[in-house]
Amino acid sequence: MAKLDSQLFHIDALDELASGNSVFHNLDPRAKLVTTLVFIGTVVSFGKYEVSALIPFAIYPLVLISVGGLPFFYLAERVLLVAPFAFFIGILNPFFDQTIMVHLGSVSLSGGWISFFSIMLRFLLTVGSALVLIALTGFHAVCMGLEKLGVPRPFVVQLLFLYRYLFVLIDEASRMIRAKSLRTFHSRGTKIRTFGSMLGHLLLRTLDRAQRIHLAMCCRGFDGHVRLICPLKIGWKETIFVLGWVLLFFSMRFYHISEHLGLMIMRNIV
Amino acid sequence: MSHHIVEAKDLFFRYPDGTEAVKGISFKITHGESVAVVGANGAGKSTLLQHLNGYLIPTKGELRIGEVMLTRKNVHAIRRSVGMVFQDPDDQLFMPTVFDDVAFGPLNLGLSEENVKAKVNQALETVGMLHVIKRPPYKLSGGEKRSVAIATVLAMSPDILVMDEPSSNLDPLARQRLIGLLKGFHHTKIIATHDLDMALELCERTIVIHDGRLTADSRTLDLFQNESLLAESGLAKPLSMQGCHVCSGTAKQFQPRTVNHTH
Amino acid sequence: MHMADALISPVTGGAMWAATAGLISYCSKKVKDDLDDTKIPLMGVMGAFIFAAQMINFTIPATGSSGHLGGGLILSIILGPYAAFLTIASVLTVQALFFADGGILALGCNIFNLGFFPCFIAFPLIYKKIAGDNPTQGKIIAGSLISGIAGLQLGALSVVLQTLFSGISELPFTTFILMMLPIHLAIGIVEGLATAAVVVFVFKARPEILRSASEATPIGNISVKTVIIGFLGLAVITGGALSWFASSRPDGLEWSMAKTSGSEELKEPSNHIHEALSGVQKKTAFLPDYGFKEPALENTKEKIGEETPAVEGQESWPAVNAGTSVSGIVGGTLTLALAVMIGFVLKRKKY
Repeated sequence: MAKLDSQLFHIDALDELASGNSVFHNLDPRAKLVTTLVFIGTVVSFGKYEVSALIPFAIYPLVLISVGGLPFFYLAERVLLVAPFAFFIGILNPFFDQTIMVHLGSVSLSGGWISFFSIMLRFLLTVGSALVLIALTGFHAVCMGLEKLGVPRPFVVQLLFLYRYLFVLIDEASRMIRAKSLRTFHSRGTKIRTFGSMLGHLLLRTLDRAQRIHLAMCCRGFDGHVRLICPLKIGWKETIFVLGWVLLFFSMRFYHISEHLGLMIMRNIV
Repeated sequence: MSHHIVEAKDLFFRYPDGTEAVKGISFKITHGESVAVVGANGAGKSTLLQHLNGYLIPTKGELRIGEVMLTRKNVHAIRRSVGMVFQDPDDQLFMPTVFDDVAFGPLNLGLSEENVKAKVNQALETVGMLHVIKRPPYKLSGGEKRSVAIATVLAMSPDILVMDEPSSNLDPLARQRLIGLLKGFHHTKIIATHDLDMALELCERTIVIHDGRLTADSRTLDLFQNESLLAESGLAKPLSMQGCHVCSGTAKQFQPRTVNHTH
Repeated sequence: MHMADALISPVTGGAMWAATAGLISYCSKKVKDDLDDTKIPLMGVMGAFIFAAQMINFTIPATGSSGHLGGGLILSIILGPYAAFLTIASVLTVQALFFADGGILALGCNIFNLGFFPCFIAFPLIYKKIAGDNPTQGKIIAGSLISGIAGLQLGALSVVLQTLFSGISELPFTTFILMMLPIHLAIGIVEGLATAAVVVFVFKARPEILRSASEATPIGNISVKTVIIGFLGLAVITGGALSWFASSRPDGLEWSMAKTSGSEELKEPSNHIHEALSGVQKKTAFLPDYGFKEPALENTKEKIGEETPAVEGQESWPAVNAGTSVSGIVGGTLTLALAVMIGFVLKRKKY
């Protein structure tokens, strides 16, 4: 339970970062959203044994972080926190794919290890860019961007409402857990019956709250449609941002920068 | 200005499960009046309040807001003139940012974007909360939330303000600020509260509800001196009228209690 | 289990996105047309409730471990399938964006796996059939348990298929299935029990809530069936179209998933996985790989220059030019350094 509490703290921290002020912060959320999607799509489009060609893509999150003035180590920590999942699935690859694919001097590398590194790299890039997107934009603005990009209004409203009441309900649940653990003298288990009654109460309170919110909405003229003002504008800055990055991604996709650079250097050395 | 009148005539309300929460209440509140609605928990205050903006429709009797009689059909007209501030600001502030929240009502009224923005700024200015306009509601303090909740209602330019426990969960300073703010409003005010001291400060008139019935309706000061009536209705004399048991002997007749009082 | 961006191919991710997007707009329309506007705040707080509910654990008897509520099923019971699907989708979106659970490309897969099966299969076809319009405590428990298990088994199966189609992970189908299904049987039982506990409580305390919820969801079986067929069809079509697009332009983006092949750089990619899986390639030295660590790579890098021609000669299977790989690593490290430098320069400029 402490886990979720701290996660909540991080939601807060990410949103706080989004209130910063930089060229990239001030861009229309749609520009960042689309670019990040293209980025992720390009990264995962590489073959599964690709490692070196993925490396140049790190430039996207890195540039966003530095220009946006985001705390690199904090974000890195967030990414690494979820890394075990990709790691455990990826680490199985070397067991199933043992064909030697690369010899580095006396060391032979199997396809499994290469694809494992590839998985980890993809993971770092995709997860990293998603976190950077939020830290640079904020959830509210991302939702507004989604709405302008044609995501159905009920779903956008749902996201906003969920986000609004996340903190309220987690608070309520924490109070409940605290009250329970004080009276059970911190004994560890919870019987399913107690569990049902705790969650059941929380559910009933939630339903009552929904009713009160509905009342509050009705009092202010709610007629089934939630209207939003989204002051979004695509200007030349946004256009340059999207086009520039997408061009870079595609050229990095088709022109293997790392390999050409490496070959060039090695030819000179040899 | 007759359209600021609130008039209830023999109001009855029965919930679908059969509970009769309001049993024949009548009163008339005229323009500019400030009225406190007091009563013990479960007396029927909230149910009564929910009629005032048409969320509940009386099962019997009638309620008139200005010239409009409350029916299912003209609920919208009623809601335009009655602004309701809820007990839990978390219920009232449901939008992602303070701006969106205050803009919610004006947008539903069909105002243009410029007008909405002007309304929002003006309402937040009135309650002194313009500096939090971009913040999400969950980051506000209790007092700030309450002020913003009032702004959401003010942005709709209501004639009548209905408030449910506006001073609950506020620290003493925030409470004092709120009372000051409400004093400055010239709307017709109907305030349901347990905070009798606030009632004394804000409302010249008080209505007492007990068990779904109206048991008293008179000048606040007179009413709060009638201890037997207060006790019957599950209430107690406001602290400010109890005298100080530190410096005077009057305290003996009350339950021993600590009163923070500086001399 | 959440799918991750790192494990799926663009085709799989794209196809599931298409299917999920279709479902979201379909459900949005349904919710909009449903004139009950109390649902709007209700869905919002219910989504938050799912987060909060996951903080509260119960002890699984005789195991010492603990379980919590997943969400899809209880949402369906309270909100009906359409609103429930939107709600679970919103929960997963927030998780993907803030907690990096899964990822953005895999979001389609995750919403489908954790939303579609409980909301559109387990709930209408199992729970409703068992609990019916006149639920009893026993019926609720049986219904929750069976549909909880069914929903998660289908979800797990779907994860396996998506992983398999993506071809990034090397796990053989049977191994993966044998791993996933029993785990998700346990998770399904937990989900069923947790759901049952809450629903029974609500049933005892305020039965009218369950009644109104089941009435407010006017779904005949026909409608659900159409939904299921429609969206499975949509997924298959988009998947097919995307892979056709991929295979028709082999020089373009190597959308390699359809053939579960390796990358384009491999000279002989198409059937290598199957051979690897069939265990023919036993000749490989597995142990040396164990000792392999990244620092070793750094150390050997310099030496490799001279050795490159030799390595290039011996074509290991499947043929990869070791020379290009090494230069890839060298160049990659350099570009990474370059990227970091660019970052620093930009930062300097700013301040």
